Amino acid sequence: MTEVPLGIEHGGYSQRSTLCTKSPVDDLERSYRVNHRMGNGIRRGVTLLAVAGLLVAACTSGTSTTPSAASATGVPAASGSPAASSGQIGGKVTVIGTWGGSEQDSFLAMVKPFEDQTGIKVEYTGTRDLNAVLTTGVASGILPDLAGLPGPGQMAEYARSGALKPLNDVLDLSQYKADTAPALVDLGTVDGKITGVFIKAAVKGLIWYNPGVYTAGAPTSWDDLRAKAKAAAAAVAGGKTKPWCVGLESGAASGWPGTDWIEDFVLRQAGPDIYDKWVAGKQKWTSPEIKAAFQAFGQVVSPDDVYGGPKTVVTTNFGDGGNPLFTTPPGCIFHHQASFITDFFKKQGGAKDGQFDFFPFPDINPQYAGAVEGAGDLFGMFNDTPQARALMKYLVTAEAQSIWVGRGGALSANTKVTNYPDAISKRSAAILANAKIFRFDASDLMPQAMNDAFWKAILDYTVDPTKLDSILTNLDTIQASAYGG
Amino acid sequence: MSALRRPSMPHPLSGRANRFSRLRLDRLALHGAILLILIVWLLPTLGMLVNSFRPAADVSHTGWWTALSPTAQFTTENYQHVLTRNGLGQAFVNSLFITIPSTIIPITVAAFAAYAFAWMRFPGRDLLFVVVVGLLVVPLQTTLIPILRLFKDAGLAGSFLAVWLAHTGYGLPFAIFLLRNYMGGLPREVFESAAIDGAGPATAFFRLALPMSIPAVAALVIFQFLFVWNDLLVALVYLGAANAANLPLTVLVANLANSLGGEWQFLMAAAFVSMALPLVVFFALQRYFVRGITGGAVKG
Amino acid sequence: MDPRLGTALVVVVGVPLALIGYILGVEQLLRALPGRLQPRVRPWLWLLPALAFLVVFLIYPTLYTLVLSFEDKFARHFVGLANYQYFFSTGDTIGALRNNIVWLVLLTVLAVGGGLLVAVLVDRVRYESVAKSIIFLPLAISFVGAAVIWQFMFAYRPPGTFQTGTLNGLLGSVGVAPVPWLIDAPLNTVALIVVAAWIWTGFCMVILSAALKGISAELLEAARVDGATELQVFRRITLPLLMPTIAVVATTMVITSLKAFDIVYVMTNGAFDTEVIANRMYKELFSFGQPGRASAIAIVLLALIVPVMLLNVRRFRDQEAIR
Repeated sequence: MTEVPLGIEHGGYSQRSTLCTKSPVDDLERSYRVNHRMGNGIRRGVTLLAVAGLLVAACTSGTSTTPSAASATGVPAASGSPAASSGQIGGKVTVIGTWGGSEQDSFLAMVKPFEDQTGIKVEYTGTRDLNAVLTTGVASGILPDLAGLPGPGQMAEYARSGALKPLNDVLDLSQYKADTAPALVDLGTVDGKITGVFIKAAVKGLIWYNPGVYTAGAPTSWDDLRAKAKAAAAAVAGGKTKPWCVGLESGAASGWPGTDWIEDFVLRQAGPDIYDKWVAGKQKWTSPEIKAAFQAFGQVVSPDDVYGGPKTVVTTNFGDGGNPLFTTPPGCIFHHQASFITDFFKKQGGAKDGQFDFFPFPDINPQYAGAVEGAGDLFGMFNDTPQARALMKYLVTAEAQSIWVGRGGALSANTKVTNYPDAISKRSAAILANAKIFRFDASDLMPQAMNDAFWKAILDYTVDPTKLDSILTNLDTIQASAYGG
Repeated sequence: MSALRRPSMPHPLSGRANRFSRLRLDRLALHGAILLILIVWLLPTLGMLVNSFRPAADVSHTGWWTALSPTAQFTTENYQHVLTRNGLGQAFVNSLFITIPSTIIPITVAAFAAYAFAWMRFPGRDLLFVVVVGLLVVPLQTTLIPILRLFKDAGLAGSFLAVWLAHTGYGLPFAIFLLRNYMGGLPREVFESAAIDGAGPATAFFRLALPMSIPAVAALVIFQFLFVWNDLLVALVYLGAANAANLPLTVLVANLANSLGGEWQFLMAAAFVSMALPLVVFFALQRYFVRGITGGAVKG
Repeated sequence: MDPRLGTALVVVVGVPLALIGYILGVEQLLRALPGRLQPRVRPWLWLLPALAFLVVFLIYPTLYTLVLSFEDKFARHFVGLANYQYFFSTGDTIGALRNNIVWLVLLTVLAVGGGLLVAVLVDRVRYESVAKSIIFLPLAISFVGAAVIWQFMFAYRPPGTFQTGTLNGLLGSVGVAPVPWLIDAPLNTVALIVVAAWIWTGFCMVILSAALKGISAELLEAARVDGATELQVFRRITLPLLMPTIAVVATTMVITSLKAFDIVYVMTNGAFDTEVIANRMYKELFSFGQPGRASAIAIVLLALIVPVMLLNVRRFRDQEAIR
């Protein structure tokens, strides 16, 4: 049941009529679309503030012209709210997710125009114990209205138990499908119903370098990359510079950066079909394809190729992993990480804009050229209230997602968003949008028990590569029990 | 007790001077040993204290002790960020609302039970006591789902009352264990003479057992306060994410770092901010740990 | 003014008052009973409030857990002992059990021994309260904070580069190569236990110190006047009198080691053979969606504690006999 519903045919959606006019929610939705067209047709590339401003302006004018119509609809939760007459719904919507710190600030900024427009208060709680909250919540029935979801596996489980509400008649389906990459739409679909949506996204498997150190341009193949890395490392005076920097430590989730490496190799060496089978638990870890991916990663973290050797790799926090790119002399030439790492380069690595740049992970098997791995934050609805519906509808729009994107640190799941704040994130977004073969982060799609074992396997293998066979055999054992009922 | 056997002869005077100088040497060794322990204990915290005032990039690159050099940079940015965080004041008040009743109720409940276990005889007492203390080992996480269902049926889910009651339940085994042990060590004569004077169990409890157990009660107050103050999971689950305005400081603090583990530098400042109150409680209750509070009543 | 303040006040003052009222009421009621019955009924009435809480918040969930431990992951079908079989046949959980035994021995010895040492030493100096506060300090720090603190202690950088970790910095200053504290087993488990001991020593110290203050000063002075050395006073008087309290903190530490979770959860999450059973249970329960297996682990934990509790019973019987 934790199988990923990749490529499921969606049929028989009963698209909710947008003609049944004039609920404030519909008003809101319509104003988005109006604004949307403006955004696309007239001023592509407007800045974040302008978009937000337009949104508010459009919404306000839209509702103020039809006050009587809005008040006549009598939205349930609005009863008693003095704001109802001015097109506001009022009330509150509770949201829980894993975002903290600046992510939380970005999310709150994202919902601010929504709050202003609808009078709905968004109460957000961020916690790393999301799993515990959702597990206890589903068992007892006490749940937030909207929540971030740990992964598609759990989403399917919650959806089938009835805890998660389908979104087919919540979202404007045709608009949602037009705005969202089909792969992401599929990932949020359970038994033909859309249950989860993506709030933001990231591109995985980018290779970062310091343009002041590495100047040989984007390699054409993996072998070319290795050769260029060795040459660049050898060219640095002192002889201590290594081709790679890797940091795998991440507290309770230590090891995850290595899973991205393996996934990139599987996808580009063995192709998307093997990748999908592997995600679904139908490809053995001990199979030659997966083993080859581990071995390729093993070359990267071998003492000759990686800064500080394997023990440094497993003890270095992933956020600090790329720091040696910026030291003098540099500790390494390349660092492999998702698009969000730029923030860490600046804050923890002390790097300035212009000191870092990237090229995409090169193709390995030409048959699978143009493959890209991405990830994103899945979101679902537990309580079907008018407020929750309105917020869900809002969150998938380009207007909402452009706010987070404009604040930096995220790519949008909505392909219509274009207001990226700098060249690097713009290029990352282009890679996501133009991928010939797109696949979602495999470890995020696996059942949590499998994912957890995958993390540990990365750490164990990095420290002692001679144990590869027993590590993979153990993963097979876990695969046999982690999937299915 | 055997240790009390008195040698029949007084000490020869000649030994005294000798003993005195040895004492001074002993004192020196004593101070040295204590100082060493204190340094070892403080070192980790000191490291974080220094780092909490340094820019994040410096913390990643150099050890905290390098901040002792005159060229080191310092910043109060981490503290400013934490102290100006939205909802900090509300979360602090919420923590107090959760913690104070959750400390007082279990200790009151436990005191009566501990007295009964210590000074009343009844069949099955030892077995029952073992069960009570054995409950200490019940992992809190396994109780969350059944209790949350109970709260939901009772209409208490999401209320402070739910958290108070739950913390009372969780805190009781240790409170009973510690208090029963302390009360059990009180001298029998005190209670016997009180009984002869016609005092009932209630009088003996309120007038003798409880006042004589003040140090143990003070210790319990400290621990229960700490446990509840630093608790994240119980509050999160019982108050519910559906009630963001009621959540305590711990939830806000854990939320300072982002989901990728970045922005951890704020956690350093937050750790010092959130430990201030428990330390005040500890300082305030320390005066109950002085000799003689039990009136020298404990039998030797 | 916060409207909840009223509620809180009612609770803070009202609940203790209600409980006192309850006990006084009970005593009134008992007077109506025949004298012979009084001592039989009284203990149960005194215990009633505590037992009510324990039944609802601990015993009921434990029975619930017991039932779950015999069921499948959806709590639908009876699976017999399959979850227990899983526990005792999986390498990860057996490794966790082994680590817990190391925790049990080391943490109990370090924390109780350390707490006793500090309590006895600082009892003799004037700056006692400052010294105790410093040892107590780690207990006041949340686990999130403690994790950050010890990351600075254990930080590892490649040999030959600048060490940012306190411990490796110290080693470097005497020319020793840096040690990856949290990577090499079994050193990493010891490192985690050291963190736990750093936290829990203050706990043991507070309780032991409170008991120490209960020993009559005259008694100790008498022994000293009689020519007993400090060591003799400690071994012959202080230690025997502290024994019941030592047993209490040791029992608590044994239970704490069996339940060890937070430190492992935040620092390694069980990587490199540092897994412990409570962390495993947390994962099975909340991440892996295996409440049955998690429940079996919880029940095994309960079973492990039985011998410790039996020792406690014997001790209480002895205490009863001598007082």
